[in-house]
Amino acid sequence: MLELKNVNTHYGQIQALHDVSIKVNKGEIVTLIGANGAGKTTLMMTVCGDPHASSGEILFEGESIQRMSTSQIMRKGLAVVPEGRRIFSGLTVAENLHMGAYFSDKAAYEAQLDHVLGLFPRLKERYHQRGGTMSGGEQQMLSIGRALMSHPRLLLLDEPSLGLAPIIIQQIFEIIERLRSEGVTIFLVEQNANQALKIADRGYVLENGRVVMSDTGEALLTHDAVRKAYLGG
Amino acid sequence: MTEASLYLLQQIINGLTIGSTYALIAIGYTMVYGIIGMINFAHGEIYMIGSYVSFIVITGLLAMGSFALPLVLFIALLVAMLIASTYGWTVERVAYRPLRGSNRLIALISAIGMSIFLQNYVALSQGSRDVALAPLISGSVLELGSLETFEVTLSWMQLLIWVVTLVTMTALTLFISRSRMGRACRACAEDLGMTNLLGIDTNRIISLTFVIGAALAAIAGLLLGLYYGVINPFIGFMAGLKAFTAAVLGGIGSIPGAMLGGLILGVTEALTAAYFPSEYKDVVAFGLLVTILLFRPTGILGKPEVEKV
Ligand SMILES: Nc1ncnc2c1ncn2[C@@H]1O[C@H](COP(=O)(O)OP(=O)(O)OP(=O)(O)O)[C@@H](O)[C@H]1O
Ligand SMILES: [Mg+2]
Repeated sequence: MLELKNVNTHYGQIQALHDVSIKVNKGEIVTLIGANGAGKTTLMMTVCGDPHASSGEILFEGESIQRMSTSQIMRKGLAVVPEGRRIFSGLTVAENLHMGAYFSDKAAYEAQLDHVLGLFPRLKERYHQRGGTMSGGEQQMLSIGRALMSHPRLLLLDEPSLGLAPIIIQQIFEIIERLRSEGVTIFLVEQNANQALKIADRGYVLENGRVVMSDTGEALLTHDAVRKAYLGG
Repeated sequence: MTEASLYLLQQIINGLTIGSTYALIAIGYTMVYGIIGMINFAHGEIYMIGSYVSFIVITGLLAMGSFALPLVLFIALLVAMLIASTYGWTVERVAYRPLRGSNRLIALISAIGMSIFLQNYVALSQGSRDVALAPLISGSVLELGSLETFEVTLSWMQLLIWVVTLVTMTALTLFISRSRMGRACRACAEDLGMTNLLGIDTNRIISLTFVIGAALAAIAGLLLGLYYGVINPFIGFMAGLKAFTAAVLGGIGSIPGAMLGGLILGVTEALTAAYFPSEYKDVVAFGLLVTILLFRPTGILGKPEVEKV
């Protein structure tokens, strides 16, 4: 579904990704773990064309996308829940969701809206409230809901659990598993490695912009070096 | 009513009239600033071009005869909006878009260059002297008081300016608050990058704001041109500065702010000119700008810059 081949990404003179190759198959949950500053966000955003890869190839459903503009890429059937949620705080929940479905016709919009409000009943309660007035957990739900509004086949999530209470984190991980069972492929960046690896089919470990390990979620969970570095021993 | 209060009322009527046109021009500054954070210094020139186009169309149609005045004005308005929008769109494509992401100062210099270019381009092609148009709309709707004391009048021309401004602002407000593209404009103003990440071509939304701003400036160009009856290639500079002041006063980036700022500035100017030597009106207008920038840079309705999470 998604494949990165020897991708390099630079911020000006600084190289943030070195020869990264990653594959996400249809129907999988694939997670990417790594320390602060490892380049996880950079990798995810490179898929979205913001920034563009300086070399290498990125294939989405077999099509080479690394030269396309961000808006072109994001209309291909993938959606992103970016780091820091980035909801439109001055827009209402309804308007935020509408923005996610900018290109849908009315029928598709309404069907997907029902679906999203079913996944997150909280958003229904807050429907006419401004995004910025909601709690962190609610904002994260809104960010995920907004991404889902375009009915993506691939969902990219960047640290959706960051800064949330354990009970909310639990809910978010349940939603991710449920989405997968509905046929959405998931690429999940997490620092919460323990929980991410538990639900993931496969995982990659990123260090200083390089993929240093890749295996099944289970194998990484029990791997000594991974346990030491990311799971607190 | 006493003579003094009638006099005051007249100044307020005059101030609201000029203020309405400031507000129309100010929308262009505020919408562009709201989304890409730059001051489009060539915007006053777009207003001036709108004035010229309306004058040319009106003169031409009247010379042909056989058209009713309202139809003439309506056609002139549409043509002026269309041509000014084309200029607004082109200015962004040619002078600003290639510089986006570079130093703000560079974009500002490009904007000033564009402004000088457009001024001279019109001066060369249309002549740099005043162009006059005989008053087309005369008479008054309302007269209060008596000739011996002081007579307050609201002219048909003033009423036209009020009505056209009100209709335009209502349409703009509905567009921004209800329509799909209006929603996208607001989303872009909050987070351009995120809007892009939703698959929306934000360059188009940016172009749209230039087009809307230019169309509104052209409306002001036609109205003020008719009101004063005289235009020249250099009217854009002062009108642009005043409208920019109005936008800052109301809170740059805020559409209701631009409307309110325009009206407040117009009335302040009219009152200054009425009670002090009229040269003071620009001093007061720009004094107001400096005061606002010093004490409340976010303006009356502007939001303080919220830190992005
Ligand atoms: N816009 C930018 N300009 C320059 N350097 C950047 C930029 N964004 C990130 N970097 C650098 O690239 C490297 C990778 O950053 P990135 O945000 O991808 O890491 P991350 O793994 O997502 O970290 P975190 O867990 O803190 O979110 C860091 O060294 C960072 O300083
Ligand atoms: Mg990150």
